Amino acid sequence: MAAYFIRRVFGAVLLLLVVSAVTFAIFFLVPRMAGQTMDQLAAQYVGKDANPDTVAAVKKNLGLDQPLYAQYWDFIRQIFVGADYKFGPDVQHCDAPCFGYSFKRHIEVWPEIVSRIPVTFSLAIGAAVIWLISGIATGVVSALKRGSFLDRFFMSVALAGVSLPIFFTGMLALGVLTVQWPIWSDGINYVPFTESPLDWAWNLLVPWCSLAFLYSALYARLTRAGMLETMSEDYIRTARAKGLKESRVVGKHGLRAALTPIVTIFGMDFGLLLGGAVITETVFSFQGMGKYAIKSVQDNDLPIVMGVTLTAAFFIVFCNLLVDLVYAAIDPRVRYS
Amino acid sequence: MTAPIETTGPAAEAQPEAVLTGAKQSQIEGRSLGQIAWARFKRDKLAVAGGVVVLLLILLAVLAKPIQAIFGLDPNEFHQDLIDPALLAPKGAWGGMSWDHPLGVDPQFGRDLLARIIEGSWVSLLVAGGATVLSVVIGVVMGVVAGFYGGWVDTVISRMMDTFLAFPLLLFAISLSATLQDGAFGLSGLPLRISVLIFVIGFFSWPYMGRIVRAQTMTLRNREFVEAARSLGARGPFILFRELLPNLVAPILVYATLLIPTNILFEAGLSYLGVGIAPPQASWGGMLTTAVDTYQADPQYMFVPGLAIFITVLAFNLLGDGLRDALDPRSK
Repeated sequence: MAAYFIRRVFGAVLLLLVVSAVTFAIFFLVPRMAGQTMDQLAAQYVGKDANPDTVAAVKKNLGLDQPLYAQYWDFIRQIFVGADYKFGPDVQHCDAPCFGYSFKRHIEVWPEIVSRIPVTFSLAIGAAVIWLISGIATGVVSALKRGSFLDRFFMSVALAGVSLPIFFTGMLALGVLTVQWPIWSDGINYVPFTESPLDWAWNLLVPWCSLAFLYSALYARLTRAGMLETMSEDYIRTARAKGLKESRVVGKHGLRAALTPIVTIFGMDFGLLLGGAVITETVFSFQGMGKYAIKSVQDNDLPIVMGVTLTAAFFIVFCNLLVDLVYAAIDPRVRYS
Repeated sequence: MTAPIETTGPAAEAQPEAVLTGAKQSQIEGRSLGQIAWARFKRDKLAVAGGVVVLLLILLAVLAKPIQAIFGLDPNEFHQDLIDPALLAPKGAWGGMSWDHPLGVDPQFGRDLLARIIEGSWVSLLVAGGATVLSVVIGVVMGVVAGFYGGWVDTVISRMMDTFLAFPLLLFAISLSATLQDGAFGLSGLPLRISVLIFVIGFFSWPYMGRIVRAQTMTLRNREFVEAARSLGARGPFILFRELLPNLVAPILVYATLLIPTNILFEAGLSYLGVGIAPPQASWGGMLTTAVDTYQADPQYMFVPGLAIFITVLAFNLLGDGLRDALDPRSK
């Protein structure tokens, strides 16, 4: 188990390095390949009508005048030890973990991201709980009652669910519930949990359900397919033959095996959402990480976009690692391979 | 968002294939696998309906320009006379529906919605189709090579696929559209946007196809017919292209069909966020962006692009599910 654990952690660190390199490439290598000069690139960080001194300072601070490997080294280094951003005689220190510095607003990126984490996390965690319960439950029921009316009904809803874009269902829910039948008559606004847990949950209910609808549909389809496959395995017949109760056959032998691929997918989906439920946050105007990234694209504030992307990558890798460890716990075969 | 993962769909009603040909037929005929699959597919009414809608949509997208020319539809023509200046919403009921504008006009500018939906259809299908082709090509090559050669080649490619699946795809797409300004790669405006979208979606979603093809190749590799070819002196490339690839066509076709709707949703999502297709070019996702601000004044508006996306994605999903049930022998 210890060897497995160490191998996985090592793999996760490696993965993080690769993702950070790709992020770096998107921001600095691809524009170079596309034929942009370093001055154009630097100008992107401060706006088109910035004075030449500012552009030169940005160029120096981002290391655009250096070779790519040196720039990448600084990029990784600043996350661990921080960095100093120099503007003529002024020096701005960016504390570790330094995920970049916004030249437009003269602020460090990391604290800004941290301040938006609660919104994104609230949204992702609540939705995940709903979709896991509803998605897996409907999937199992559909598989066990295959061909029944219930199965057909659930699968039709699930098919509609995977075919509807969240920005349409979310908007529809928002319109219907705040204007048509104003149950949420003051609109839907994020209230911090620490301020009022009740208002927090009440306001998040609609975003949670909109987001969970999409994923429930997906997970119901996956669970049903997985259950149909495992329930026809020989060991299920053996379990029945030795006289186990049906609930135990389904729960302990069937579902457990059917869930393993779902756990993997859940790790990725959940990690992705923790890094910003971009579309859902935009629909409901929640100031989470995803909405922040989109707003920064519109403002041409690239360091923030980069910071959010890196943070999202970290969450995905972290969730994948967690899933690997959970895997080892639920499936003994994994530990010894 | 999650791309389609292998799912075993509802089995078609389990009937011996002989029953299908009907009792009247006295003579027993041999039928190819393709004919059997086609017979099964025809029985699945929903899948056939999905297929018909998909064909119509492709026709609409390909003929978008001629159709607009014949019916005199201009997606970017303003009709300010149809807009209520106080509300900025279309005059009349149902979002300004009339014989001249069957789907109504959009708020603020009064542009014809039918024309904009048709205009959006080719953008949507071009991006989704292009991205699917790109990811299928990369995925099939990588998957076949990994599955066929095994060993360290397989290890390297499999690790690569795991890595790609851990990328925050949506944020990468957002970042790329922010860093690539007009003039990048000698492209600008709409061609640049479309190329970036095709590249981002296609290049980062090939592992879904790669994994499926790799698994299929690994099981096929050890089958007798490959053994037979090898014992007759066939070499790697011949076995790959003449023996393995024809057997991979069915799963590739199925999962390519199921990738298209995911990609359509992805493109629409990016355009909705304002980082995909840029206005004034009409796109289904982009139309929904304006629907948010005008919901109070013109609530009908969002249903037009919303349903366009829904119907398209649903049709592709039905077709894909039907093809899988027809072609996958396990679904019996």
